[in-house]
Amino acid sequence: MQELIVRAKELLASGQVARVLGWKKGEHSYDPEVAFFNDAESLQDFVYDGFCGANLSKYMIEASKLEGKTLVFLKPCDSYSFVQLMKEHRVDREKAYIIGVGCWGKLDVRKLGAEGILDVEIAGDVLKVSSLYGDSEVAYKDAMLERCHVCKGKEHKVFDETLLESADTVDLDRFAEVERIEAMSPEEKFAYFQSELSKCIRCNACRNVCPACSCRKCVFDSTAFNSEQKANTTSFEEKMFHIIRAFHVAGRCTDCGECSRVCPQGIPLHLFNRKFIKDINRLYGEYQAGADLEEKAPLTSFQTDDAEPGADRR
Amino acid sequence: MPVTENWKPTIVAFCCNWCSYAGADLAGSSRLAYPADVKIIKVPCSCRVNPMFILRAFEKGADGVILCGCHPGDCHYSTGNYYARRRMTLLFSMLDYLGVEDGRTRVEWVSAAEGVKFSETMNSFVEKVRALGPNVRLGDLRCKN
Ligand code: SF4
Ligand code: SF4
Ligand code: SF4
Repeated sequence: MQELIVRAKELLASGQVARVLGWKKGEHSYDPEVAFFNDAESLQDFVYDGFCGANLSKYMIEASKLEGKTLVFLKPCDSYSFVQLMKEHRVDREKAYIIGVGCWGKLDVRKLGAEGILDVEIAGDVLKVSSLYGDSEVAYKDAMLERCHVCKGKEHKVFDETLLESADTVDLDRFAEVERIEAMSPEEKFAYFQSELSKCIRCNACRNVCPACSCRKCVFDSTAFNSEQKANTTSFEEKMFHIIRAFHVAGRCTDCGECSRVCPQGIPLHLFNRKFIKDINRLYGEYQAGADLEEKAPLTSFQTDDAEPGADRR
Repeated sequence: MPVTENWKPTIVAFCCNWCSYAGADLAGSSRLAYPADVKIIKVPCSCRVNPMFILRAFEKGADGVILCGCHPGDCHYSTGNYYARRRMTLLFSMLDYLGVEDGRTRVEWVSAAEGVKFSETMNSFVEKVRALGPNVRLGDLRCKN
């Protein structure tokens, strides 16, 4: 972590960058937040550890409009989002100085197995959790975010320089869960998704965090109030929210895992995105959003002999 | 809604202006029968139909939604139906995955000369949806008791 701060200070001092986009100490050790740092002094609050799951790419949309370059730290998975945003002309590559940071898996607070957590100490492979109800230990690997178990790889898709070594974290198949659901009966599928989706409180956090959900005007913005945040405007939207959102990001979702990470209700939103990704791979050829700037997107291209809709079930 | 012998499904058919709507016209002028409960919505091109149209039709009470367009290769705008085909393929697959509406959605390519195909398609689709009964699942997807 010190390397990152030292390098950020150098770049600020030399005037190569006007500000730094990174993670800042939160109230507790396990809740760092996204922050802009405008001078060397403010960098004393900078952190980069297992709790820095937040993907900074989306913040570069606004930062691209600012004077001067912004130094941004991107983890391997975040770099896919950045490339995808470049492809959609939402971020300006010229306005970013990208340091690709190594990653050894990020943590999911919900997997710490404790309530009322006061502090978490990351001691190598072990997390020492102290809570209102006592102390406990969890293996780092067991508390990792789902997405890290199926990580797309530790190669940065865009960077000016890289810092810190990554470690392999993959021990699960990315599509295993989707396949498990596909094999269910329609009744089982429905029961499963109904029980998950009925937990949704429409906080819109999944949309707000999503790099692909960066439209200036969103269908989920309120038409009745001049407000971005809102409860549902119509019952249609309320019922179809997850399907519509998944479709809007189909072919553009990099599977960065942010939606599932931030959902306060623990809804496995990646299962929607990955269904589309799996279908796209199967029907239209392997495609990874954000992996390549030039490759044509699956929903804005076609082959004359594409499969017919519903062909699978006829 | 109680399902009786006489229950008739509400069917929405999105038809492109150039081929399928003309096909529906031909079916009508040739006096080929298709159920009166099929509500046709004319669109400029099958590609105009975004997946939300389909979902919205269900939300507004449709029991089945069918999209008809020009045969691949014959699109008035050259390639619109190819894009529509990919979108609908993914949407239908997603609905299956959620355990809703298998068989309540369909895409069929109907040319302006295919009045017979239009009428047969509608008859078979209505029958299929009738067998499935009223559409409740999509509306209940987020409503676990
Ligand atoms: S998905 Fe991979 S790169 Fe992203 S946080 Fe997890 S381990 Fe790191
Ligand atoms: S983050 Fe979760 S609870 Fe909030 S709107 Fe999205 S799915 Fe619903
Ligand atoms: S839908 Fe989720 S996984 Fe996909 S890009 Fe958005 S936040 Fe990332």
